Amino acid sequence: MIGKVLSLLTLATAALFAAGDMAGGTKADELNVPAVVMFFIFVAATLGITYWAAKRTKSAKDFYTAGGGITGVQNGTAIAGDYMSAASFLGITGMVYLKGYDGLIFSIGFLVGWPIILFMLSEQLRNLGKYTFADVTAYRLKQKPVRILSALGSISVVILYLIAQMVGSGKLIEILFGLDYEFAVILVGALMVLYVAFGGMLATTWVQIIKAVLLLAGTTFMSIMVMAKFGFSFEELFTAATKVHPLGDAIMTPGGLVSDPISAISLGIALMFGTAGLPHILMRFFTVADAKEARKSVFVATGLIGYFYVLTFIMGFGAIVLVLGAEGNIYWDTATNTLKGMNNMAAVWLAHAVGGDYFLGFISAVAFATILAVVSGLTLAGASAISHDLYANAFSTGNVDEKKEIRVSKIATIGIGIAAIIFGIAFEKQNIAFVVALAFTIAASANFPVLFMSIYWKKLTTRGAVLGGYVGLISALVLVILGPVVWTEILGNGAAIVPYKFPAVFSVPLAFLAIWFFSITDKSEDAQRCIDEFDAQDVRCQTGIGSEGAVAH
Amino acid sequence: MTHEQAEQIKHNPKYQELVSKRSKFAWTLTIIMLVVYYAFILFIAFSPETLGESMSGGITTIGIPIGIAIIIFAFAMTGIYVKRANGEFDDLLREVKKDLEKEMK
Repeated sequence: MIGKVLSLLTLATAALFAAGDMAGGTKADELNVPAVVMFFIFVAATLGITYWAAKRTKSAKDFYTAGGGITGVQNGTAIAGDYMSAASFLGITGMVYLKGYDGLIFSIGFLVGWPIILFMLSEQLRNLGKYTFADVTAYRLKQKPVRILSALGSISVVILYLIAQMVGSGKLIEILFGLDYEFAVILVGALMVLYVAFGGMLATTWVQIIKAVLLLAGTTFMSIMVMAKFGFSFEELFTAATKVHPLGDAIMTPGGLVSDPISAISLGIALMFGTAGLPHILMRFFTVADAKEARKSVFVATGLIGYFYVLTFIMGFGAIVLVLGAEGNIYWDTATNTLKGMNNMAAVWLAHAVGGDYFLGFISAVAFATILAVVSGLTLAGASAISHDLYANAFSTGNVDEKKEIRVSKIATIGIGIAAIIFGIAFEKQNIAFVVALAFTIAASANFPVLFMSIYWKKLTTRGAVLGGYVGLISALVLVILGPVVWTEILGNGAAIVPYKFPAVFSVPLAFLAIWFFSITDKSEDAQRCIDEFDAQDVRCQTGIGSEGAVAH
Repeated sequence: MTHEQAEQIKHNPKYQELVSKRSKFAWTLTIIMLVVYYAFILFIAFSPETLGESMSGGITTIGIPIGIAIIIFAFAMTGIYVKRANGEFDDLLREVKKDLEKEMK
């Protein structure tokens, strides 16, 4: 097994170097040597970690949760690594660059879900669950239907979120290496499959931790450089930005992105409760030893993420002045009349503006590392939903051999990798922060209500959870498809049937209502059993007695 | 865990104290966070110009310090919860577990 892994890793590395050479051969003038060097160092280091992790990943528990031996601080940093995605780094900086204040609205929405997760879900998840959040929803309900529902919710969110990451990575590598967009997307897909399939959660966690540290160091440096140019005065930075930006003073006020009240409230619901329904985030609470470490994780993660979002705001405004307003328009593509590589590249060009070629190389490599870390976490969550929830618990009768279950998750990893590549290419032209918002809408409408009610509401029945969950999932999907992003921008069908980009304000209450209604009208035997078993679940949820302990490595 | 064990734990006064204190605390903090965030969202929805008002006459609008303050507030809330939960509540939980062990003997 190990020999096979090693030879595969060597092969992959060789293929990567070949790809680098190819780019150098065709577009040598555009090749960014420091970026390429740093990128290869990162890839080599993470493949080394994957090799190390592969030797320690024997059981299903190792594969899904790194044996439960991650500390709170490590896990918090890894959560931050998972959450500070390309959509956050490139997308939000790009949004601040494009719209000013409105970018901050997204940052705040992405952040305020975290305290709610801490108060309502994190320790409860740790005490009740094992590998995936479906372990919690299916705790006292009927396994099969609830597992299938949760797995579908997970997979939908994972695929959408993956699309956003793939688009960001494709654009970035296209510019950085001069490679074709399609080739870049395939490269990312191949690497994430390697990390996840061989290294499991342990490798994924360490890729996320390293990336979080690199990203925070890079963005801190960039923000300090920006502020130094304006004498560390926000007033001077903002004044300079409003002079350069075509929207002028309007960038200091909310309004451009969320123009009507319903959209604003709906966006708020999607971002806040969506975070609490992201499968790759929920999964991270099973990697720590106990509830105490789970809480610490959220504290560390919230601090790092909050700090990072303040930096994206500074960087966005910095990009307005130093990239958009750069002398000689060096970052401007006059053929398309946009920023070179579109708005999502604002952060990358800012790196060049404040730190020159070498720092541009560093930030490009970090941005790429960011994408690899996030897609690995997503892929692992998607593969777990398929192997643990669908294969092992919903469709297999009797006990499943652990080795077989791990093999299924590896096959699922490859399948998700292929799907991510295909979708990544199809969605090339979308603003990636919007695609993430769509993923959040589904997470908030399908995953969160069922999870929340299964922990807190005694009278929840299997029927209520399943029908309510599907009402949330389907209404979110339908409303998104009929909305402006898919109906108008992607399908080109003209004016949208549903005028809201974020339909969470309708789909989330609808899901809760359906869960309530179909539970209280359920008079079956199974319903009574679900209600009877609540007390035992609640005691374990409150105390952690009987929950999975940690395994030392 | 059997139904009998669950019943036994549920009747432990320390367990009841832990659960009631912790849920009350968690719900209070949740509601505070929701109020703060949705107040902000409602301003964006119905009165964006309020957040666009100038701070002390310059170009900086009051929406900017308010936005940053919400981020810091969210972090502070997690700190407050973790401190009490990992201290007071976990101590109570340890006592509950000790009681249980005694009763098992």
